[in-house]
Amino acid sequence: MLDTTHPSLPPRPGVGFKAQHFSDIQADPGPVAWLEIHAENYMGDGGRPLAQLRALAERFPISVHGVGLSIGGEGPLDTDHLARLKHLVDWLNPASFSEHLAWSTHEGAYLNDLLPLPYMQDTLARVCDHIDRVQHTLGRRMLLENPATYLEFAETEMTETDFLAAIVRRTGCGLLLDVNNVHVACTNRGADPVAYLDALPLDQVGEIHLGGHDAQQDEHGNPLLIDSHGAQVADPVWALYAHTIARGGIRPTLIEWDTDVPDWPVLAAEAARAATLAAEVAA
Amino acid sequence: MSNTKTTLALAGALTAAIAAHTATPAAAQANEKCYGVSLAGENDCAAGPGTTCAGTSSVDYQGNAWSLVPAGTCETMDLPGDRMGSLEPLMRDLPS
Amino acid sequence: MSGQHAFAAALLAPRLDPPAGLHGRGGRGAGRRFDIYRNNVVASLIAAMETGFPVVRALVGAEFFTAMAGEFVRAHPPSSPRLMLYGTAFPVFLAAFAPVAHLGYLADVARLELALRESYHAADATPLDPRILTTYTAEDLARMRLRLAPALRLIRSDWPVLGIWQAHHGGRPPQPGPQDVLIARPGFDPVPLLLPQGGGAVIAALKEGKSLGSALECADSEFQDSDILELLNILLKHGAICGFQGEGHNA
Repeated sequence: MLDTTHPSLPPRPGVGFKAQHFSDIQADPGPVAWLEIHAENYMGDGGRPLAQLRALAERFPISVHGVGLSIGGEGPLDTDHLARLKHLVDWLNPASFSEHLAWSTHEGAYLNDLLPLPYMQDTLARVCDHIDRVQHTLGRRMLLENPATYLEFAETEMTETDFLAAIVRRTGCGLLLDVNNVHVACTNRGADPVAYLDALPLDQVGEIHLGGHDAQQDEHGNPLLIDSHGAQVADPVWALYAHTIARGGIRPTLIEWDTDVPDWPVLAAEAARAATLAAEVAA
Repeated sequence: MSNTKTTLALAGALTAAIAAHTATPAAAQANEKCYGVSLAGENDCAAGPGTTCAGTSSVDYQGNAWSLVPAGTCETMDLPGDRMGSLEPLMRDLPS
Repeated sequence: MSGQHAFAAALLAPRLDPPAGLHGRGGRGAGRRFDIYRNNVVASLIAAMETGFPVVRALVGAEFFTAMAGEFVRAHPPSSPRLMLYGTAFPVFLAAFAPVAHLGYLADVARLELALRESYHAADATPLDPRILTTYTAEDLARMRLRLAPALRLIRSDWPVLGIWQAHHGGRPPQPGPQDVLIARPGFDPVPLLLPQGGGAVIAALKEGKSLGSALECADSEFQDSDILELLNILLKHGAICGFQGEGHNA
């Protein structure tokens, strides 16, 4: 059923595309082999965003990363939004589509954050239903991203890794492994990130995310990391990345930088660092 | 304007307007001239300011505790229709 | 009440306790950890308002705007995940928000800023080559209905709304008086343009699908015959006309 005729992401570094980098990327992409866009920013009717995307897609494989589908929502998927997504994916034919294990819409209000959900049988069934619907509508396999979380639910019945593995088994989707999110979420709940990585079906990972975080503390003095995407990738995250690709193989790897976006050379240097690390692991 | 008068005026204006312009092709996808418009309302998947107080405090307008007053360039606008002044906005005869 | 219902309600209501059943590290209360989500939601939406309405923000000052936007985003969270469209309810909110009641122009400035954003994301269209007009008589053209660019927007204000906008983009202080503003998008960058007095009624009629002749007769009394040239110049120069509707007159 699922279409496999679209191009695939190369196992090299990519970056999240920002409009202010358009000319820099066209002039010299450096180590950057592919680009990721946030789907919602290209759901207008026309204008420069779509023109830039068309121009970039002629030259680079594109990954479409949705942030607003609310796959973990209690309510049904937003049919209009899914239709807009299908329209984008149909004309762009991107190398990848991914979304988040999170919810963001409730009763028609879009809350603009990736909100957490408890891990139990009924939430598993709901998430799988939503992913089935997305994959059926888009006619392709999607990747699901592990979340950065700041708290836990008393009603949770299974680990996040078991939950993700079950989703992959049931729906056939792949994983977008955000290594920074692993570090952030595991630190925030006092868990071991290496054990987390080792519990995942790494062979199902189609893409890796790396990004920066902020370090704060909760009111009890425990570390509280925030998934800010506003800084360089932290050293512990690079170490987890090395562990990930040593165990699971080299994958297309994205540098995410969404707030306090730096000039292009800084972003390109982060991408170069990912490529260097991958080469060292492969050697 | 009467119909005939409109057409006559249009004829004169068209001649002048056509002479003044040739079609200009749309610019390519070059960089933004104006980030203010283009970057408004971008979606991303980053988390916000962490444990600062933006989301945990409000000025409580509903509770009548609103104590702020506008303190920007409006203080220098000095428009006569401004209700801080004495005149009401100029009214126009809008088409029915 | 469902888990997400309580979660969503508490996100937007700082006075509510975090929903039951959440905990932080080691089983301790969620506390500040829930506040992170509150901050993500409210601060990101306030930031979207700040980037979407920079002139309104300058007019009332950053501190006031942040507080006012906080009221707005809690009362009117986005109804769509497309943040590019967020804030359409802001002008109406401003018109009813008592602390800015004395700034009568504020809602219209917000309308202008919204319209610029809408224009930026509107569909592309190829402008009409003005030379095509030479193949028609004035009588023909008066009967024809123009196909306007999808990026075109019209703001009619009792205030010098463009003057206020320009004063915040390096221009001189605004002069009093009403202004009709056309937003056109030659290429990809929207441009706000001052229409000749009374010209807004003509554009509004054209947008409604009236013929060029009928639209010109809709002009307000201030509109002079000589203003027709200025109006056509504005439309043609900024790619606002894409062709003709119906009657086999497609260009």
